[in-house]
Amino acid sequence: MQISLSHFLAVGALLFSFGLVTVATRRNAVGVLMGVELILNGANINFAAFNHYVVGGISGQIFALFVIVLAAAEAAVGLAIVLAVFQTFKTIDVRAADLMRE
Amino acid sequence: MDLQLLSPLVAENLGSAAFFRPELALTFGAMALFLVDLAWKHHPGRSGRLAAVALLVLAVAAGLLAAQPVEARSLFNGMIATDGFATFFKWLFLAAAAVTVMIAAPGKDFPPARLGEFYALLVATVLGMFLMASAKDLLMAYLAIELVSMTSYVMAGFKKGDRRATEASLKYVIYGGVASGVMLFGMSYLYGLLRTTNFAEMAVRIQDLQATGLPAAATKLTLVVAMVFVTAGIGYKVASVPWHMWCPDVYEGAPTPFTAFLSVGPKAAGFALALRFFFGALAGPSGVAGGLPVAAGGVPWPAIVGLMSVATMTLGNLTALSQTNLKRLLAYSSIAHAGYALMGLSAVSDTGVQAIMIYMAIYLVMNLGAFLVVILVAEATGSESILDYKGLARRHPLAATSFAIFLFSLTGIPPFAGFMGKWYLFYAVLERVPGPGGSWYAALAVVGALNSAVSLYYYARIIRAMFIDAPYEAHPAPIKSSPVYTILLGTAATAVLVFGVWWTPIVDWSTASLHMFKG
Repeated sequence: MQISLSHFLAVGALLFSFGLVTVATRRNAVGVLMGVELILNGANINFAAFNHYVVGGISGQIFALFVIVLAAAEAAVGLAIVLAVFQTFKTIDVRAADLMRE
Repeated sequence: MDLQLLSPLVAENLGSAAFFRPELALTFGAMALFLVDLAWKHHPGRSGRLAAVALLVLAVAAGLLAAQPVEARSLFNGMIATDGFATFFKWLFLAAAAVTVMIAAPGKDFPPARLGEFYALLVATVLGMFLMASAKDLLMAYLAIELVSMTSYVMAGFKKGDRRATEASLKYVIYGGVASGVMLFGMSYLYGLLRTTNFAEMAVRIQDLQATGLPAAATKLTLVVAMVFVTAGIGYKVASVPWHMWCPDVYEGAPTPFTAFLSVGPKAAGFALALRFFFGALAGPSGVAGGLPVAAGGVPWPAIVGLMSVATMTLGNLTALSQTNLKRLLAYSSIAHAGYALMGLSAVSDTGVQAIMIYMAIYLVMNLGAFLVVILVAEATGSESILDYKGLARRHPLAATSFAIFLFSLTGIPPFAGFMGKWYLFYAVLERVPGPGGSWYAALAVVGALNSAVSLYYYARIIRAMFIDAPYEAHPAPIKSSPVYTILLGTAATAVLVFGVWWTPIVDWSTASLHMFKG
């Protein structure tokens, strides 16, 4: 079987959907952050695949590299916040952090 | 790649750096703030000194911005542009940051030990907003949004051990992460479809797609989905429906000086980026915006923005009616104001752009002023409930009077500045009524007017509490406030009154700044 652009796009779209589902259903805050990472990586696969099959050059790969760095920064900030949540609420269940209501 | 090939790129970057000085000042300023924060670790006058350094950094950036040549140009191989449009917004960001620096120093939300970090992060956020206002490439837009977001996540949860602040930053980081991820995914499809990340080239490719007859249905659908995804990222930044859910919780939980900044700075930056994206990438290469329908992928985007505007202002105003926490009420009010400003975007005209610029400038003054009163009262009473505003007129006449001025101005009643801001927005919409889709624009204006009437109800509720209702205690103690707050309040209230009757300076300034570099 020849691996083509559409295969990569399918993987990217699947990763993106899994990421959204993970964010929506996980109760563990670290799990939610992992869902965000999946979304970013879905986009990264698209960038690299489009770059290789459609656009040429290196612009898409550069974009993906920037996203990887930003994803790391976001994970650092996110985990620090999860740590603060644990220290404050003694749990990282996102349902616990729901004091503010209409 | 050998050096020969690289040298034009190096030359371009070195040449661009000469027009990038305000941003460089902010970059080094943020780093310097971290250093002086360490150097003055145990200094008794820490707060004042750190505030002075932060203001100095902003002043240096302002000086360099003023010294910058006015002509528009593209920098760093088309990544960003300097032009009048970006400069206008940069001044707004510097003003918002300077006010935030001043109100954070005497407040209880920021203990002196951690004030330096806050200022450094704030300056980094201003850098991100500078880049948002001047981005003309998807990569730069994404990086700038993330820079603003990530520093904001930290600042929202700045009060250590505070349950509401921690919850606010958790909600913010999750919503923000998903919104920017969705936007990035949309960008990846745009990149694949249009084979570029540059706004101007994107506009040309979209025109080509339309011109070569009907593109395949799948292409059209992908284009539409990608655009919606990118809109989600920008909509989250300006807190427009349906991406507003984070806004009330984050505004309520975050330290109030930062809430004040968040409600004016990043919102204005979001609008600046929205305008750049809309007019740079969607509206065609050279002012196709003059002929209205911007229909990339066969979808009338102005109509969609109009619907977003209606949904945003209606939801914001109706939910604000039942709020009793002032920070939450102002959060919903800020959602409603994003809705009003979106009216200007849906008009897709120079008048609309100018109306948004004017509105953002005025909204900055009146909303920062309103939050200043909330801070002042919370410092004295420790509460943000509307009940504690009862009889404020007797306890702190200046705060009550200026709050009333800001609230009337937010409603859009003459002779306050908010009225003329709204007047320009409505003018931009009504200008479209004789043209194509005119009845829809008329409906949009009617909904906007009705919403302003609804907003009067909840703003007036606060004014009634302050001036008519009796305070809880028979002889309430007058509220004492730091002189910094008094001066800032007086200045903001005066500005709202002055611009309400003499608005020529703002209008002239925005007319002169209307030029947007699109090459």
